Amino acid sequence: MDLSLTDEQEFLREAARGALKRVDTVAAAREALEDETKRPDLWKTIVEAGWTGLLTSEAGGGAELGLYDAMLVAQEAGRVLAPVPLVSTLPAATVLDAAGDEASEAVASGETRIAWLPAAPPTDQEPRWTADPKGGILRAELPKATVDGGTATLSGAVHWVPDAAQAEQLLVTADGPDGPVAVLVDASASGVSVEGLWRYDATRPLGHVTLDGAQGRVVAADELALRRAWHVAQGLLAAEAVGTVDALLPVAIAYAKERHTFGRAIGSYQALKHQLVEVLRLLENAKSLLIYAAWAHENAPDELSLATAAARSGAEHALDVATRVQISVHGGIGATWEHDAPLFFRRAQLQRRLLGGAGGATDRVAGELLGGVVPA
Amino acid sequence: MDLNDDPQQAEFRTQVRAWLDEHKAEAPIVMGEGQIEDEHERIEQWRGWQRKLAEAGLCGVTWPEEYGGQGKGPIEQVIVNQELSRAQVPGALDFIGLGMMGPAIIVHGTDEQKRRYLGPMLHGDEVCCQLFSEPAAGSDLAGVTARAVEQEDGSFKISGQKVWTTNAQFSAFGVLLARTDADVPKHKGLTMFIVPMDAPGITIRGLRQISGEAEFNEVFLDEVHVPADAVLGQVGGGWGTALTVLMFERLSIGTTSIGYSAERFAAGVKSAPGAAEDPEVRQRLGHIGTEMIASRFAGHRLLSDLAGGKLPGPEFGLGKVTVVKSAIDAGDLIADVLGPDALDEHSEWGYMISFLPGLKSAGGTEEILRNTIGERVLGLPPEPRSDKGVPFSELKAREKEEVA
Repeated sequence: MDLSLTDEQEFLREAARGALKRVDTVAAAREALEDETKRPDLWKTIVEAGWTGLLTSEAGGGAELGLYDAMLVAQEAGRVLAPVPLVSTLPAATVLDAAGDEASEAVASGETRIAWLPAAPPTDQEPRWTADPKGGILRAELPKATVDGGTATLSGAVHWVPDAAQAEQLLVTADGPDGPVAVLVDASASGVSVEGLWRYDATRPLGHVTLDGAQGRVVAADELALRRAWHVAQGLLAAEAVGTVDALLPVAIAYAKERHTFGRAIGSYQALKHQLVEVLRLLENAKSLLIYAAWAHENAPDELSLATAAARSGAEHALDVATRVQISVHGGIGATWEHDAPLFFRRAQLQRRLLGGAGGATDRVAGELLGGVVPA
Repeated sequence: MDLNDDPQQAEFRTQVRAWLDEHKAEAPIVMGEGQIEDEHERIEQWRGWQRKLAEAGLCGVTWPEEYGGQGKGPIEQVIVNQELSRAQVPGALDFIGLGMMGPAIIVHGTDEQKRRYLGPMLHGDEVCCQLFSEPAAGSDLAGVTARAVEQEDGSFKISGQKVWTTNAQFSAFGVLLARTDADVPKHKGLTMFIVPMDAPGITIRGLRQISGEAEFNEVFLDEVHVPADAVLGQVGGGWGTALTVLMFERLSIGTTSIGYSAERFAAGVKSAPGAAEDPEVRQRLGHIGTEMIASRFAGHRLLSDLAGGKLPGPEFGLGKVTVVKSAIDAGDLIADVLGPDALDEHSEWGYMISFLPGLKSAGGTEEILRNTIGERVLGLPPEPRSDKGVPFSELKAREKEEVA
């Protein structure tokens, strides 16, 4: 048994940390709340670093690395609140790669900027493929596709799509005549409209995509590839959350050692110490779950849904607790713009509601366990 | 990222599995359904099973070969534990002796003590218990008040009360922490002894828990006379010996499964009609399952660390916090969906529900564990302490004054 990082993985992590240092992304996250033009676009950074092709096979033009490698990069992005579009790009790249699609190479190299429209596979309680609703708790239908040869005509909408407005192409999972079908659509095609938007957190650009008779090309991906895209996205969001918590904890600890009340450091009070240890506990649990998710991705396809859902659920919980503890450790100032804590809190609040939400992941964990999946 | 055994470990696993396949029918049922009802009969059969395991090289896996062990690492110990659990047979009767007391004797004992105690312990002929905790000294173990008074001939007379003593009622020996000097600060005046449990002056009384069973004992010592060579380690060096035992305890806990799992809890929930479809039940189960799976992979990480030569530090205590917390939540959820029948003593869950509130404090309370991790792992400043450098006798006098 060996779960330690390889030299290549250590190198990848260091390289990612270095690449993300070039822009002060935390400062940008604050400025962008008031001035939209201050939102950094790190697309060039991720293309230069080769992250768009991390999960794509060598034959498909990529680096053919594992999910854990991509998660290392996602953790680094999470550490500094970097708006790195991994969760939109990599799932799309894996679908194109699995299909041996001609567009794979341009996506893996970053020549084409693509966004994947999140589509959740069925669960034991929800027989349909679904998308996130614009609001409310009922899951939404996928766009409908009519297929004529290699061309599909799409109608419907998908809401809260990460990086939708920045993409040149969209990879849509639609409800086709014989089940889910992947369709590649130009963002500028007739019948496609993308409303770019931000909510609460300036580090995560989103979009509402409406398809009204838009035509696109059918990608020959099987249902398994579409399922895996969802699970990969869950794993990547989990990794971003782990990175964020990992960055928060030392800041809180440093303050708890330095700030004194009633004649002693506040970190010596059990009331605070135990909260910080709770953050450590949840963080270490989430790290263990990332290992499970990445291991299942390569070794146990039947456990991938359980593993990535557990990683997402555990990591979002850790992030929720950590961002709140961050504010309470710092006292009143932690709830003001004088401090960075609110930026992390905003990040947590938004991301736990995207891509099926933290609650959806938790429900999927239950469904898989009730269905008899046994974790390794 | 590899969860598999390396070739050497795989070969060891094959050997262990082959032996267990051949012999598992000889194992007694010591817990749960079909358990041998008569305690004496159960213990004697379990003792015999330990002897067989020991002869097959499945006890004392990490002990040096010169003391009858296998001279292997913690990974091999885990392989044995995993295979025992896979074969659904009990491990050794004397898990406390083999996992903690034996290793401490190997580190701190004299050659004569090693010769005298280790062989019979390994084979189950003599069980060994741990006489550390007292009614007023648990998490703050260095506060023990059992007194060992040195006699003119160098022997000692020990008086006091110990508690939470697993296996005391059938142990041959106990490893006991006592105060030999009350006029120095509390960590300094302690000495460790090996005490025969049939010595005059020892009274053992079962301590019934929530479940109604008595898995622990109270042990009363009244002027128990032990020779000078009963000292384990140095006189006044008992705290160092105790820390060795506690380190082995962490290792032992970290590598042993307590039989709770996400899949078992899910099966419990599913057995209640309608529960598997209820959104709130599913949220609760999803959180419990997530934490249980996390602790399983934390265990894999621990093994990976051990294989890389790292010893478990206090942060591994967090694994226990997670398992106990999730299992308490699971018992609560299962009792909610099954109703009062879940609390029946013959139900699969009744015992677990009764057992867990106490487990939260086993091996030190969760609150103290969080202090230790906060200080040693996160580097936070310690709680202010009024006992540092103060002679133990003065400390006790102060306590009395405060209460008065």
